[in-house]
Formats: sequence, C-alpha cells, structure tokens
Amino acid sequence: MEVINIKGTEDTPSVTLDKEKGIFEIAGRSLPEDVSMFYEPILKWIDEYAQAPNPETVVTFKLEYFNTASSKVLLDVLLKFEEIMDNGNNVSVKWNYREDEDDMLEAGEEYADIVSIPFDYVIY
Amino acid sequence: MNKISGNKDFLEFAYQLYHTMQANEINLVYEGVVTQEITRTFTALTEKNMVKNEESNQVQRKVFNVMVECLQNISKHADPMSDDEGEGRRGIVLVSHGEESYNVITGNVIKKEKKEFLEKTLQHINSLDKEGLSALYKQQIKEGKISEKGGAGLGFIDIAKKSGNKIDYQFKDLTPELSFFIIITTISRN
Repeated sequence: MEVINIKGTEDTPSVTLDKEKGIFEIAGRSLPEDVSMFYEPILKWIDEYAQAPNPETVVTFKLEYFNTASSKVLLDVLLKFEEIMDNGNNVSVKWNYREDEDDMLEAGEEYADIVSIPFDYVIY
Repeated sequence: MNKISGNKDFLEFAYQLYHTMQANEINLVYEGVVTQEITRTFTALTEKNMVKNEESNQVQRKVFNVMVECLQNISKHADPMSDDEGEGRRGIVLVSHGEESYNVITGNVIKKEKKEFLEKTLQHINSLDKEGLSALYKQQIKEGKISEKGGAGLGFIDIAKKSGNKIDYQFKDLTPELSFFIIITTISRN
C-alpha cells in the first residue's frame, strides 16, 4: 500500500501513514487554511487501509496545537479507525502531550469520551 | 471622532498612540484584512514576545490558541462595510498584557441579523462551567459539520475553554444594517 509522508509546516502537521512499517502518526501543528483539502488524502488513505488493515494498529498523535476546524477532522480520522476496530481488529491510540500542557491532555480525553478506541496518554 | 488633517495632527496622533500603547501594555495593534498569512505572522510575533517574557508553555499555548480562533473568526465571518470593499475580511486585533493576564481583543463588522445568534451563543457559553463547556464541545464536534467557510461552530466554545474566563463582548451600531462586534478574551498568567 502507498505510503503517506507529509512534512510538517508552521500550520500543517507532519503525517506518516505506513501500513508495512505499522506507523500511523500525526504530529505538530494543525491550523491549515483549508482543513478539508489538507485532510482529504489522509481520510482517503485510511478508507483504503480499512479494506485490509494490520491485525494491530496503534495511531499516534503528537500534536502541539490544533485549531477547532482541525479538531472536527481529527474526530473523523478517529471514527474511521474506530470502524476498523469494530470490524474485529486491534486498534489503540497513543496520545502524546507535554507535561505542562493540560489542555492537550484534556483534548485527548474528550476524544476518548467520544470514540470507543482505548487511549494511552504519554508525556513527552 | 475628529478627522486628522495635516502632518501636525498625525504627529500628535502617533505620539498619543505611543503613550496609550505604553500605558496599557499593548503589544500589537492592527486594523485591516485578516488572512492566514496575517494569522501566522501575529501569532509568531506574540509567541516570540511571550518567550522573551519567559511565559509558561501553558499560557503561551492558550494565548496562541485564542488568537488563532479569534483571527479565523474574522477571516471567515466578518462582513464588509460596503459592497465595494472587496473580498478581504477586515477587522481590528489588539493584544495586551499586564501583571496578571493577557488580553486578546478583536472586532469586526457584522450584519445586524447575526447579532441575535451571536449574543445567544455567547450568553449560553458564558453561563457554563468547565464541565459544561466540555460537554457542549463534545456535542458540537459530534454533530457539527464543517461549513463552507471551514468553521465547525466550535470557535467560541474553544476560546472560553482555553481562556478559563468569560468572553466579554459588545455590539456597537454602525448603520441601520451593520454592527461592530468586539470580543475580549482574558488569559490569566498563572
């Protein structure tokens, strides 16, 4: 399967989606001018991955900041992975946050309340 | 307000502006079109200032967060003063800081028909505590769709959540059809 490897910028996150290596990561800052356009290929990739997913998928978020428009799309990303889990695969989320940033921990907890994927919180 | 005419008036104005900014510890003032570029520049500038002031990461992130949402509100929702104003969405942006807090102040023109909705939304948000805001946020993120303008109806909720303070706001009548909508968000420094 094709590998997505997007380098991060000041307002867009770095994204790695690699089925073979088992890397599913979104990191950095997400406040793109056009949220839908930025995330479209990512959502598409996950749809394709869902056709034949790995038995175990660990989705890593290591976000410094995301705006509210991005937060909606990140939920869409999580919902897609939730579906993969509902189809009988192991899926978990590794939610990274900086020790002094409670807001980022809280954001993870709010997602964990909405989706049924188990969340691990990791301080970096 | 008196219109400035001639260099002498401008010199006086610049001097007064300098004093007012110094006295009120205003770090940033802007009036004009708000774009992604402007948002990037202003947030970077403010971040730099905060690093210089050795502000905690938490406060830095909160100010950054509030600024982005406020600026994106202008770039998505400000209405033009007149039809020939063109496509760009304008507003004013002020960032100030004192001993206890940072203030992010933004203002833009809106059609009066939006006033009622904005007022209701802000009143509701201001009536909620931390848990209430979190619940509203989760409800909205689940139900809300990304609008054509790219918003998700989460901006004010997020501003209130991150700042931990009530959002102060006001509407000033400009014309029979238009109002000037100002919001002030306060982020405590500790």
